[in-house]
Amino acid sequence: MAEHFETPMLDELENGPWPSFISGFKRLRDNHPEERIREVANSLLGQLEHSYETRKGYWKGGTVSVFGYGAGIIPRFSEVEQKFQASKEFHTLRVQPPPGNYYTTDMLRQLSDSWEKYGSGLITFHGQTGNIMFIGADTENTQTFFDEINDYGWDLGGAGPDVRTGMSCVGAARCEQSCIDEQRIHRTLQNNFTDDVHRPALPYKFKFKISGCPNDCQNSIERSDFSVIGTWRDDMKVDQEAFKEYLNTKGRQYLVDNVISRCPTNALSINDDDTLAVDNRNCVRCMHCLNVMPKALSPGDDRGATICIGGKRTLKIGDLMGTVIVPFKKLETEEDFESLVEMAEEVIDFWAENGLEHERCGEMIERIGLVNFLEGIGVDVDPNMVNNPRQSSYVRMDEWDAEAEKWFERKAEEAAG
Amino acid sequence: MHPAMRRNYGNWAYHEDPQPGVLLHVSKDGQKVWTIKAATQRILDVYTIRKICDIADQYADGYIRFTLRSNLEFIVTDEAKVQPLIKAITDAGFIVGGTRNSVTTLSHTQGWLHCDIPGTDASGVVKSMMDELIDEFTSWNMPNRVHITTSCCQINCGGQGDIAINVQHTKPPKINHDLVANVCERPSVVARCPVAAIRPALVNGKPSLEVDERKCICCGACFPPCPPMQINDAEHTKLAIWVGGNHSNARGKPTFQKLVAAGIPNNPPRWPEATAIVKRILKTYKEDAKDWERINEWIERIGWPRFFELTGLPFTKFHIDNWRGARASLNSSAHIRF
Repeated sequence: MAEHFETPMLDELENGPWPSFISGFKRLRDNHPEERIREVANSLLGQLEHSYETRKGYWKGGTVSVFGYGAGIIPRFSEVEQKFQASKEFHTLRVQPPPGNYYTTDMLRQLSDSWEKYGSGLITFHGQTGNIMFIGADTENTQTFFDEINDYGWDLGGAGPDVRTGMSCVGAARCEQSCIDEQRIHRTLQNNFTDDVHRPALPYKFKFKISGCPNDCQNSIERSDFSVIGTWRDDMKVDQEAFKEYLNTKGRQYLVDNVISRCPTNALSINDDDTLAVDNRNCVRCMHCLNVMPKALSPGDDRGATICIGGKRTLKIGDLMGTVIVPFKKLETEEDFESLVEMAEEVIDFWAENGLEHERCGEMIERIGLVNFLEGIGVDVDPNMVNNPRQSSYVRMDEWDAEAEKWFERKAEEAAG
Repeated sequence: MHPAMRRNYGNWAYHEDPQPGVLLHVSKDGQKVWTIKAATQRILDVYTIRKICDIADQYADGYIRFTLRSNLEFIVTDEAKVQPLIKAITDAGFIVGGTRNSVTTLSHTQGWLHCDIPGTDASGVVKSMMDELIDEFTSWNMPNRVHITTSCCQINCGGQGDIAINVQHTKPPKINHDLVANVCERPSVVARCPVAAIRPALVNGKPSLEVDERKCICCGACFPPCPPMQINDAEHTKLAIWVGGNHSNARGKPTFQKLVAAGIPNNPPRWPEATAIVKRILKTYKEDAKDWERINEWIERIGWPRFFELTGLPFTKFHIDNWRGARASLNSSAHIRF
């Protein structure tokens, strides 16, 4: 084998108590029985050290895909390949994890065995896109590795202008706050859009993320175009005995300072008999009191989801939060799930038609206005969609009477059930 | 998924926190599961994966979950297995912690290791910072949880965080005019610029692009679609620190992070200047915030002038936003803290 590249800067990252990724690279370089992997690890360390020394990256993109797919591989060719030959092609395969990132050791061992045969032996759990990132295969082995893991059930994730890999929180599998079946929602949406994951034909990326409650551990509202957040619309459940237990153990002042006075809508108070009073009509489901007192408080029984559309990070017009499009949607029956998928299809179709190149859904909404978007996807306006009504008087309102009539008709329909 | 979780899917009653890094969830039927959370280096070699699998097979019924921030979660249903599992995890070099009001693992991106546009490395920054913040990972000393993120360019894959350490370029791209016509689809590069600073031009008789450097905000958005517009620079690519991003709805609505410090050297392999500022912010937060206050809520209560006063960080003209919607960030009131 070629001589080891000197890595004095990277060696510094082996010091200290936190697990070191560099030590992992060196294990492959020094201990792996296969020469190919030892060479690749050495070459990768050499190139990374070169980056550390010069403070520049040396990877460029390109076009690599597996047969029948247009996305899911991130091609990487070295710009300094003369010096670092063994890792000159170092492509990533993005592979979709199970919803909630639940694995058996059998799954991880099987994937590792396959990756060792064809790739670098390095896997990232997980990338910020939600995928398992198999980093480091040459062009030929990209196909071979994919064929092998595809045979036993894994599929590539999204990349480029397409529907991306979805993400969901720990959810109903291990969280008392979960209000929805995150995994089913995740799978239903993702499976429906499989073609759009593999064929990059949209204006830009489109992400689904699912959080089981408004704590939004999945960060769906800031990081996804289509955010599904569990909630409930009846009264939260209060176990008064458990509340008294908190009162006895934590103390009255602690509860006043840390629960009662922290409610954003002043919906909580302690009664004279030491029970908790909740003004459920004014509770905004922020989750704080449930987080502090999980034994005493829990979500109600009439559960569903709030759907926010259009969240994204900086590029190009600045950060956008998702905006409420559906304040509450039941997600229990087959029909509920079908209508969720239909809504996602409406959103993606409308955006695919009207979005500019490289324009996220939220940016399109910003450009055309929320009302045009709502009319495009066939959703009625709702005061839950705004922080406050318009403050600018510069607007033309000829059809006020007709619009007001629509509101009253909708209210009458709702009242009639 | 662990069978106890499968059986109790949607049936959990509450949870407790027996010790840092350990969660106890109790189902409505009385099923108890203990979760032991541990940090990894995120980029795992196959030896490390097999080591994790060996631990899970021996102590945790062969199941593993990864969190959003690359932590491991082992699940056991027998309390007697908790301490031996913690010992096995620790002996194997992983760090148990990251629950409740701790500083959990930084969420990070690819960086020089694998990205095509990075201004810095991410794994190295995370390793360097967590080496110094490890005591905050393994304890519950913060007012509330702290999510720190890193990003290697201004696209910011790392996302929002209580503290975000992001690349901030300070000079416009350097253009290799010989390559632009061959490599770049020029109209889409022009369209990509957030401030319309790029226009087509003939340079040395070749079709290329030019940048109006008075308009350019040095964001680097032109670099991915047009690599000859090199934005990364060994000296002028800096780091900036942002605070107060919070995606939870708890108490207040979700918030975006705000700029607090910039001009920080991009200094591998240990990035000591960035870590020093992060530690200073964390120390001030820890001393001054109330229980349950996330960084954004703490600053909202004490006000931004006090934040700069307490942390000793300079407030500059660059902190005053001039992007669209900036007016909403100005203080239009007589609310001043003295």
